[in-house]
Amino acid sequence: MISMALLYYVAAVLFFAVAFFSAKDKRYSSALFWFSYGLIFLLGDFMPPALVGALVVLMALVAGFGGVKGGTYPTLELQQRLDSVKRLGNRLFIPALMIPLLTVFSVLVLVHIQGDGWSLLDPKNATLSALGLAAFLAILAALHLTREKPTQALKESSRLIEAIGWAFLLPQLLATLGLLFNQAGVGETVSQLTSLYLNLNHPLLAVACYAIGMALFTIIMGNAFAAFPVITAGIGIPLLVMQHGGNPAIMAAIGMFCGYCGTLLTPMAANFNIVPAALLELPDKNAVIKAQAPTALVLLGVNIVLMYLLMF
Amino acid sequence: MPDFSLWPLLGIAVVMLGFLLKFNPVLVVTVAAFATGMAVKMPVLTWLESLGTAFLKTRNLPLILLLPLAVIGLLERHGLREKAQGWIQNIKAATTGRLLLVYLALRESTAAAGLTSLGGHPQMVRPLLSPMAEAAFEQKHQSLPDKIKYKIRAMSAATDNIGLFFGEDIFVAFGAIILMHTFLRESGIETDPLHIALWGIPTAIAAFLIHGTRLLRFDAYLARQFKAQVPQEQHHD
Repeated sequence: MISMALLYYVAAVLFFAVAFFSAKDKRYSSALFWFSYGLIFLLGDFMPPALVGALVVLMALVAGFGGVKGGTYPTLELQQRLDSVKRLGNRLFIPALMIPLLTVFSVLVLVHIQGDGWSLLDPKNATLSALGLAAFLAILAALHLTREKPTQALKESSRLIEAIGWAFLLPQLLATLGLLFNQAGVGETVSQLTSLYLNLNHPLLAVACYAIGMALFTIIMGNAFAAFPVITAGIGIPLLVMQHGGNPAIMAAIGMFCGYCGTLLTPMAANFNIVPAALLELPDKNAVIKAQAPTALVLLGVNIVLMYLLMF
Repeated sequence: MPDFSLWPLLGIAVVMLGFLLKFNPVLVVTVAAFATGMAVKMPVLTWLESLGTAFLKTRNLPLILLLPLAVIGLLERHGLREKAQGWIQNIKAATTGRLLLVYLALRESTAAAGLTSLGGHPQMVRPLLSPMAEAAFEQKHQSLPDKIKYKIRAMSAATDNIGLFFGEDIFVAFGAIILMHTFLRESGIETDPLHIALWGIPTAIAAFLIHGTRLLRFDAYLARQFKAQVPQEQHHD
């Protein structure tokens, strides 16, 4: 069975490989960062939570002060690469396409393979365990096709992980911050504030306020799911539904999309905006946000109009 | 003044200030987490425990990025990007904008059918989509300055995000629909999840039209940028 624990161990191995290659390269602060990351994935469940917290702080300090530096990995010469392309032809696409196609196939079909208290995929995390299975089969295919050793696969994944660098940690750290915000009652405070200061009598104003509130709070939190309960409880239900009698299904559907417009605009949504910029080796870490901004802003305006026309 | 404490908002202020002043985001978020803990008078050890517990709970997040990397790296070593580029150059009608438009249509419609894992930045954008979009430009203009290359890459990533976001939310079994339905029910409002999904369709269409229009104009925009960049060279249209 492909459990989450198994995937965490795989992740630990991949992180330890990065630590190994950066230590070999005498980049010890990078090695410390990736080793700590691997340790949390390998032994996190057995460590006292405070120790995990301390490791996270250590990693954040190393990354925050520029200690995670990218390495140089030898690649094949262009001519060798082109020879390889010639030899493999369209078969090169097979392992790459196996990942998405097998993931979907596994989620739809293989998820039903189960016995007494046993199942091939983790039903609670079907997509991730399906992705794990797909990646495993694709790596076998890729190794077979390219005639490389498994250690080369570890080197290649380390090369790409190091290209992403500290941005790798950011999505998880932001999610952690979100959970801490919840614990500290940030959501309640915001909804108390909005109900205290907003007194909107015209439905269009109320709609605009809800839509922009969803976008803004998503920009701050980096996640529309975190913004939805806060803004809907603070503005949506009391104003749009109770006071102006709007249709709640429409409010929810379009309101969540206003949040997504915010997601397109914020570095806090690191896994969609900052990590891809790092992965695509863009010098400007905000380049993806800048490419998205016109679409997001026009769409937010359209959403306000749609909500106003459809809801009442 | 409100009669409740505003201290829990300190973390938000730290985040906004930190990003505005362009400090390293990892550092900003850590300081914000610390400030939030201190603002609600959490003892340091309790804070470390909450941090650790929350971090362990979110370990599933990096997996989606991490798991495909070995395959993609290995194939890149053997010329996957070059192959993708050669493939698109055989299609004479292909331009960067049209290619991205086709991808947007595919990404949004498959996400609407619940097939969200068909795209993604590590699996699709880096190895296939952005090399093809870059090659389509190079085919037309015989060169690819870095500045143009970065614009094409950013737009490729943006197109994947937009197709995903505004497609997946009209799939009725998607988590967001469940979340909205559950939240409204807890607030005493009964809705049909199917209605929430259906009322998302107008926005999904609007998103496609808005971003699609931008993509159709993207080729002309890139051509202008290219001309401004290399004014001394002759151009073929």
